[in-house]
Amino acid sequence: MASDNILLDVKGLVKYFPVRKGVFRRTVAHVKAVDNVDMFIPEGETLGLVGESGCGKTTAGRSILRLIEPTAGDIVFRSKKLAPGGEESVEIDVAKVGRKELKALRREMQIIFQDPYSSLNPRMTVGAIVGEPLLVHGMAKGAEREDRVKALLAAVGLKPDHMKRYPHEFSGGQRQRIGVARALALDPQLIICDEPVSALDVSIQAQVINLLEDLQGEFGLTYLFIAHDLSVVRHISTRVAVMYLGKIAELAQTEELFTNPKHPYTEALMSAVPVPDPAWSVERILLEGDVPSPVAPPSGCYFHPRCRYAKDICKTDEPAYRDLGDLHFATCHFADSLDLQPIKSEE
Amino acid sequence: MPLIEVRGLKTYFYTEDGVVRAVDGVNYVIEQEKTLGVVGESGCGKSVTALSIMGLVQIPPGKIEEGEILFHRDGKVMDLTKYDPKGREMRAIRGNEIAMIFQEPMTSLNPVYTIGNQIMEAIILHQKLDKAKAKQKAIDMLREVGIPLPEQRVDEYPHQLSGGMRQRAMIAMALSCNPSLLIADEPTTALDVTIQAQVLELMNELRREFHAAIQFITHDLGVIAGMADHVVVMYLGRIVEGSTVDEVFHDPKHPYTQGLMNSIPSLASRKDRLEPIKGVVPDPFEVPPGCGFEPRCPHAMEICKTRMPDLTEVAPNHDAACWLYV
Repeated sequence: MASDNILLDVKGLVKYFPVRKGVFRRTVAHVKAVDNVDMFIPEGETLGLVGESGCGKTTAGRSILRLIEPTAGDIVFRSKKLAPGGEESVEIDVAKVGRKELKALRREMQIIFQDPYSSLNPRMTVGAIVGEPLLVHGMAKGAEREDRVKALLAAVGLKPDHMKRYPHEFSGGQRQRIGVARALALDPQLIICDEPVSALDVSIQAQVINLLEDLQGEFGLTYLFIAHDLSVVRHISTRVAVMYLGKIAELAQTEELFTNPKHPYTEALMSAVPVPDPAWSVERILLEGDVPSPVAPPSGCYFHPRCRYAKDICKTDEPAYRDLGDLHFATCHFADSLDLQPIKSEE
Repeated sequence: MPLIEVRGLKTYFYTEDGVVRAVDGVNYVIEQEKTLGVVGESGCGKSVTALSIMGLVQIPPGKIEEGEILFHRDGKVMDLTKYDPKGREMRAIRGNEIAMIFQEPMTSLNPVYTIGNQIMEAIILHQKLDKAKAKQKAIDMLREVGIPLPEQRVDEYPHQLSGGMRQRAMIAMALSCNPSLLIADEPTTALDVTIQAQVLELMNELRREFHAAIQFITHDLGVIAGMADHVVVMYLGRIVEGSTVDEVFHDPKHPYTQGLMNSIPSLASRKDRLEPIKGVVPDPFEVPPGCGFEPRCPHAMEICKTRMPDLTEVAPNHDAACWLYV
């Protein structure tokens, strides 16, 4: 890629889960959860990753952190902490490193989970939850650790005396703040936000989104923001990737994607978003049927059975993921010629 | 013509920790063949209002304290709160005149019966058809809601259907007795956005075809904008604002409604920064003595702390419960 400030560069990421059957647990098929995904995130930017349930967006996020082992692919991360003396940073392939280096890398790559109820241990105090990463990585002890936890809680809008309380004493929005504080504890560069606001009430969602934006400015964070809500993704992202059945259908700068979509799935997905304006007049493009099973995806282009522009070639030949110019990527045979419906909005 | 009038409805729950005033004095009207949208966040009482109409509030701990639910049919008026929820009259109405669809189609369908059997149950009970005719009717209904191969699907179990197809089956069941009111409680919240669009489109078509009124409950302002004729906004068991869908979205009067609109990102307009509503919904056991929204309201005044404002007309056909307009 052109730019040299790329923090994360993922190439050919694949994750297949085996489907086993019978007494001998023989592998009879694979769930192609993530199927050859390329993406990169420049430092300080937010890449939004959208798609419907089962499209592989969460699996992609977790494979990047190696919370699950990817089947194949390169995950090149520009590490500052592992850089040898004199160098500012070093490129490391996360997919290939051993356990010791991986642990060191985890200091720079963190995750915030969707459900603020199940992602916090109910038997630990907030102080212990937020301080645990510091303990595990031997970063701070005793009074120093306590001070650091207090500073982290202040950074996410909680009070220092909340340290001694337990997660059940907090509301959903506050719990998500605790999750954010824990992710920040090791001063990471990259945070993977996996549906961080979708379990929250609407009036609380905005509080957490604003917090994430503020922290990004303050600490120079880079986000991979995984969500199914296109309105939220558009608001927070610098660039957006749309996933369908384990592949990236389209990836572009946020405004470019919304005003000049090139993939028919992007067009349909955007048109289906409910908009809080009774006068909204975008034509709803209703997709036929359901998303096919990732165990046996369709031939050719995975989207062709539901695509209203599909031609014969789409049934037989798989389209390449290609750059249409200005880093606008799409996986469609007719991306150059289709005239798709944009989303136009007021400033 | 009004179909249902809810007047001064109060539904309380008596728990070990105290009384939860889940619905605390709610008034609204649903006109025949119209859609009323009920919007609010978790715990605002929007679902309990619906369960009160259906006679499905569990007693105890729940109790309908006060109020009337007037149901108009064939020129007569019935107050549904006056009937035994398990009695003959309510059983003749529930599922027949008033039907309901729920958020999670997997948990509201019975996993051990086929789709067909579950639809037939209501038809046999209410329409007194024999089994063969009821099955034919179930197949017709499945076709009506756009389920492919209905003759085959009718003998399948809920787990064999996808989420969107299950919700279609629920709708088929709810409409099989031609109800005059369909209550839909977050019917598309569990669905993906493209499937949600299919189901919403289907509901709009069927509403015209079956001449049913809909009470559409959701937290999603975008869904409401596309579905409802009228909208009421609920907060802490009360209606804080009510009007036509255009009025509520283009000229919201209550600070809570305004706060909701400012806090959500929308594809219709770009915002540099979202404006959240400060604080959180109060604990149901510690509801403020005055206006429930006062602790979070940017316009709060002295009077808001002590006295609850009534829902009054603040503009033509536009009601709000706020001291700013008194």
